[in-house]
Amino acid sequence: MIEFVYLGLEALIIILLALFFALLFNGIERKLIARMQARIGPPIIQPFIDVKKLFIKENIVPDNAIPWIFNSMPLIALASSLLVLLYIPFGGMPALLQNYGDIILVVYIMLIPSLALAIGAFASGSPYASIGAQREVVIMISYEFVLSVVVIAIAWLFSLAFPQANAFSFATINEHAIWNIAEPVGIAGIFLLFISSLAVMPAKIGKLPADLAEAKTEIADGVLVEYSGRNLALLYMAQATRMLAFASLIVALFLPWNLSSIFSLSGVPALISDFAFFLVKVFVIMFVSGIFVSAASARLKIDQAAKCYISFIFLLSLIGLMLIGLDIIL
Amino acid sequence: MRLSEKKKCSIAIGPIHPALKEPIQIEVKIEGEKVTDVDFALGHVHRGIEWIGLRRNPLQILYLAERVCGICNISHPLAFCTAIENAANIKVPERAEYLRVIYAELERIHSHLLFLGVAAHELGFDSILHYTWLVREKVLDIIEYLTGNRITKAVLMIGGIRRDITREQIPKIKEMLKYYEKVYKKLCDIFLDDPTIKLRTRDIGILTKEQALKLCIVGPTARASGVKKDIRQDFPYAAYADLKIEAITPATLLNEIRGDVFDRVIVRLLEVKQSIDIIKRCLKEMPEGPIMHEPVLQKLLVELKQIANEGIALVEAPRGELIHYIRMESSEAPVAWKIRAPTYANVHAIPEILKDCQLADVPIVVASIDPCISCTNRAIIADKNITLNQEKLHGLSVKKTLALIDDKAKGEGDD
Repeated sequence: MIEFVYLGLEALIIILLALFFALLFNGIERKLIARMQARIGPPIIQPFIDVKKLFIKENIVPDNAIPWIFNSMPLIALASSLLVLLYIPFGGMPALLQNYGDIILVVYIMLIPSLALAIGAFASGSPYASIGAQREVVIMISYEFVLSVVVIAIAWLFSLAFPQANAFSFATINEHAIWNIAEPVGIAGIFLLFISSLAVMPAKIGKLPADLAEAKTEIADGVLVEYSGRNLALLYMAQATRMLAFASLIVALFLPWNLSSIFSLSGVPALISDFAFFLVKVFVIMFVSGIFVSAASARLKIDQAAKCYISFIFLLSLIGLMLIGLDIIL
Repeated sequence: MRLSEKKKCSIAIGPIHPALKEPIQIEVKIEGEKVTDVDFALGHVHRGIEWIGLRRNPLQILYLAERVCGICNISHPLAFCTAIENAANIKVPERAEYLRVIYAELERIHSHLLFLGVAAHELGFDSILHYTWLVREKVLDIIEYLTGNRITKAVLMIGGIRRDITREQIPKIKEMLKYYEKVYKKLCDIFLDDPTIKLRTRDIGILTKEQALKLCIVGPTARASGVKKDIRQDFPYAAYADLKIEAITPATLLNEIRGDVFDRVIVRLLEVKQSIDIIKRCLKEMPEGPIMHEPVLQKLLVELKQIANEGIALVEAPRGELIHYIRMESSEAPVAWKIRAPTYANVHAIPEILKDCQLADVPIVVASIDPCISCTNRAIIADKNITLNQEKLHGLSVKKTLALIDDKAKGEGDD
C-alpha cells in the first residue's frame, strides 16, 4: 500500500516538473523563433501567463457540440501526454513505471493526444475543426509507420545483443547505448532511424511544416477553433507536453549518454548533472527538429505531407532497418 | 451511404478569417479537401466615397481619393488629378511629372514587398513575412523623409506636386536603391529556390492567357499569365512616356509562362527591380523647373470651377489598371466621379483559378491576385434576388449618371 503512495507522490513530482519544463521550453521556443524572425518576441514566461489567463476565461461549448466528449478530450490529451513521461527514463534515473510497460505501450500512448484532439474536434461540430481533425488523422496514419519501424529495429538489435533481457523494456535500452552494440553498418542504420524519428517530430507535435491540423491561415486553427478558456489551456499544455514527451523519447532511445559516467560523479551531484544534461539534450532535439525547421519552411499540403512521410521518410527508416538487418547477418 | 460517395460540404472563407486581411466572403464547396465550386461576395466595407465626393470641390476630393486605399495612396490621387487635368486641359510642369513617377514607383516597391510578405504568411512561412516587412521599412522611411508621412503622403496636387525632391535628399534615395538591389538578390534566392515555397506555389491556381484575356484581368496578375499589358507601356501618363517602360512577364526571368501562383509572385518580385531602375533613371533625367501649375490654391479652385467637361485617367497602380472618371458641369462639386479599382477586374479570376485546387490552396491563391477589397467596394446590392449582367449593370450606370445630371440641372433651375 505504502509503496503505491510513494509511487503516486513521485508521479506528482514528475508531472509538475514536466508541466513546468514543457511550458518553459515553449517560452524559450517562442523567444528563439522571434529572434530568428528579427522580432523581439514575448518574455520567456509568456506561456505561464497565457495558461493562467486561459484558466480564468469563460469556457464556451458550441451549441451543436457533444459536450461530454468535447470537454473530456482536452483532459485525456493532457493526461496521456504526461503519462508518457512516467515511462521514460530521465538521465541516469530508471523510469517510474518501468515495470508496468515498455516501448510499445509508450508508442501507443503517444497516439492518444492526437486522437483525443481529433475526436474533440469532430465533437465540436465546426466544419473547420472537422477538416482539421481529418488532416490530423491522415497525417497520423502516415507517420505511425515510421515510428513502428524505428521501434521494431531497435528491439531487434537489443534482442540479439542481450538475448536474456527484455528487448522492449526501457531498462535495457537505458543501460546500453544503442550505438555501442552495433557494427559500423548497423550504426549507419541507427543514424537513418534517428534522422527519420527527427523528421516525424514536426508532424507528431503539430509544428510547421506539418501543422496541417491547425493551419491558422487555412482553417483558422482547425482542431482548436472551438476550444476556449479552461479547455484551451489544457490543450495548450497538452501540446507543449507532447513536444517534451516526444523529444524525451528520442533522447531516451538514441542519446542515452550521461555526464556522471564521464566525470565519475556519484550521489546527488550525479543525479542533478544527469537531469540537467537530459534537459539540454531534449532541448537540442526540440531545437533541431521542432524550432529551427518550423522557422525555415512553409506549410505543406496534406497530400504532400502524407506522401513525404509514407514514401520518403518511411523508405529512409526501412533502409535503416535493412542496414541493421545486414549488420546482424554479418 | 457508400464509402465512395463523398459528402459535399460548404466552407465560408471570410468575411472574417485569419487568411484575409480585408473582408471578402469566399464560399467554397469542397469534397474532402478538393474545391468543387467557388463563389464570392463583396460589399462588406462599402464607404460611399464617391457619394461623399459629389458634395465636395476637387481640392477636397483629392484628400478623399487618397483615402480610397491605404496602400495605393499615390495611384488614386494621381488618377484623380490626371482626370481633372484632362478635363480642364491643365498642363503639368515636366519636373512634377517626373516627381509623380518617383512617388508612384516608391509606392509600387512598398506594395509589392507587402504582397510578398502576405503571400509567405498565407503559406505559413512567417520568417519571410517578417523579413520582407522588415526590409519594407526602409522604403517607408524614405517616403517619410521625402513627404513627412509614411502612408498617406498628401503630396499630389491638381496640376503638379506639392513637395520637390531637393539635391540634398538624393543621396539618401540612392542609398535606399542600393539597399534594395541587395535585398532583391536575397528575395530572388528565397522565392526562386526555396523548395517548400515552390512545392506550394508551382502549378497551383493556373490562369491561362486566354482566360486572362477573356476575364479582362489587369496588372501583374495578367502579366503573370503572359498578357503583355501595362498602362505605363500602353497609355503612358506622367513621365512614363519618356521612360519607355516595358511590361514584365515571368518569361523575362524564367523563359516560360505558366500563369500559376509562383509566376504571380515572380512578376511582382521583378517589378520591384523595375521600379528601382525607373527611380534611378528619373533621378538622373529629371529636368529643373516649377512643380506646380498654379501655386495659389484659390486661383486654382476658380479655374477648376469653370470646367464643363469630362475627364478620364488610367493609372497603373501596383495591383493593375486603375480608372478614375470625373464629370464637371461648371459647378463646385463634380457631377459624377467613378473609380474602377484594379481588384474589381481581378476578383473575377478567383472562381476560375480556384477550380481543382485544394482547400489548403485557397488562401494563397486568393492572395496571389493581391486583392484590395476596400478599393473594390463601390456598391452594395440590397436586393439579393436580382442577377446582374453586363446590360443591366450598364443600364443602371447610365441611369444613375443621367439622374445626377438632371438633378443638377433642376437644382440650378430652382436657384
